[in-house]
Amino acid sequence: MNKPLPTWSGYLRADGRKGIRNIVLVIYTVECAQFVAHAIAQGENDVHVIGFPGCYDNQYAVRLMLALARHPNVGAVLSVGLGCEYTQPGKIADVVRKSGRPAESFFIQDAGGTSKSIARGKEIVAQLRKEISKMKRVPMSLADLTVGCECGGSDGTSGLAGNPVVGAFFDRLVDAGGRAVFEETVEMIGLRNILEMRAANEMARKELTAAYDKAESYCKAVRQFSASPGNFAGGLTTIEEKSMGAFAKSGTRPIQGVIKVAEAPRGPGLWIMDSVPDAHFMQFGYTNPNDSEGIMDLISSGAQIVLFVTGRGSVIGSPIAPLIKITGNTQTYQRMIEDMDFNAGGVLTGEQTLAEAGDELLNLVTRIASGEAAKPELLGHREYFVMYKHQDTPSLSAGCRA
Amino acid sequence: MIGDASPGVVELAGAGRGEFTVAEKISHGHKLAVRDIAANEAVIKFGVRIGHATQAIPRGGWVHLHNLASDLDERSGTLDLHSGAPTDTVYE
Repeated sequence: MNKPLPTWSGYLRADGRKGIRNIVLVIYTVECAQFVAHAIAQGENDVHVIGFPGCYDNQYAVRLMLALARHPNVGAVLSVGLGCEYTQPGKIADVVRKSGRPAESFFIQDAGGTSKSIARGKEIVAQLRKEISKMKRVPMSLADLTVGCECGGSDGTSGLAGNPVVGAFFDRLVDAGGRAVFEETVEMIGLRNILEMRAANEMARKELTAAYDKAESYCKAVRQFSASPGNFAGGLTTIEEKSMGAFAKSGTRPIQGVIKVAEAPRGPGLWIMDSVPDAHFMQFGYTNPNDSEGIMDLISSGAQIVLFVTGRGSVIGSPIAPLIKITGNTQTYQRMIEDMDFNAGGVLTGEQTLAEAGDELLNLVTRIASGEAAKPELLGHREYFVMYKHQDTPSLSAGCRA
Repeated sequence: MIGDASPGVVELAGAGRGEFTVAEKISHGHKLAVRDIAANEAVIKFGVRIGHATQAIPRGGWVHLHNLASDLDERSGTLDLHSGAPTDTVYE
């Protein structure tokens, strides 16, 4: 690229990372507090909600929520619990305050029920919003950006257009000093050698091999590979075929290593996130319950923006980080234009080169980073999914909470 | 394929360019065999093995769940050929 690299203004956090949004995040700590949390955020600008449904806590879910609570796009946090559950809203608020952000918490049982809790929550949110509105903006560029990419509802075009265009964009982001993160190691099945060839160094190669082997053995153990009915209807026939298409989003730059959920990339460049459960006595849950779960994992790496490639079409969005929806299927783009941000279909018909489409996507990402709303944001889509999972389990004696 | 093909003679561009006689409808996003493939032979796309043929596939044939299987994933072979919907889950 010969053009000067774009800059815009962002929000500097105490840890040095910069946000492209400045939201208040409401976090509930059990399903019983979910209604109240959403009612607090209802009708408020820039107030998003996430939460964990379980009453029994889970170390993975706590780590994930703490990473999201201290995400660069988050300015302040309100954590709301019912009062009986294991996960502690007060402790979440403590950790968030230590990160230099204002944070509050309360239990619904102490506040006196639904209406009083909603009123109290709205008061707190108004106060938090006032506090973070004074934040100074700082210059920001691609080198300050982490961008995640997920695909969902893939079809025969995803591997030929949608994902390769993201790959072209990732190459540009990496060359500008930014961080690119993609996951779905369960959609790299059959690509062990290709992955190893992309490793930046020996350490990265070992991490990639281990992540690959775990993903393959996990899929075999649960007897479910990461392909859905829509993938097959869209022309994909095997997981190996889908994997080659999904991997096209990685572009061509070396892979620096593997990070786990709630972990930020350890430096600039291209990274793979391993969101597959570690071997555990419960062998609990599927690796990839839905697209929203994977998107939350990517956001937990600090990604300020997530790209979502969908050949079949999807309507989801995400809290915290804007989701940009890309399709390589022009028919899908036209049919669901209200929901789709970017059509990569021109690459297939020869109307556009891959490089041109990569430049155009870079331009769109820059505009969204500068404050323009992505289509899911305009429509109010903020789907999320935080589940029980077991990663980095210390020992089996820690039981289901680890 | 980046468009729908109807039965008859179809001309393809790209790496497998040429004229093909297509016996059945092949939809956008689906695959067509660019040469005869024998039963149990590897099926190659993107330059890699994406599975094996479960029966002989003639040049110009639609390549999908009825004649191509993953080397790893057993469940996908049970899905409905046209909709991809599962056939092994009991609803009632």
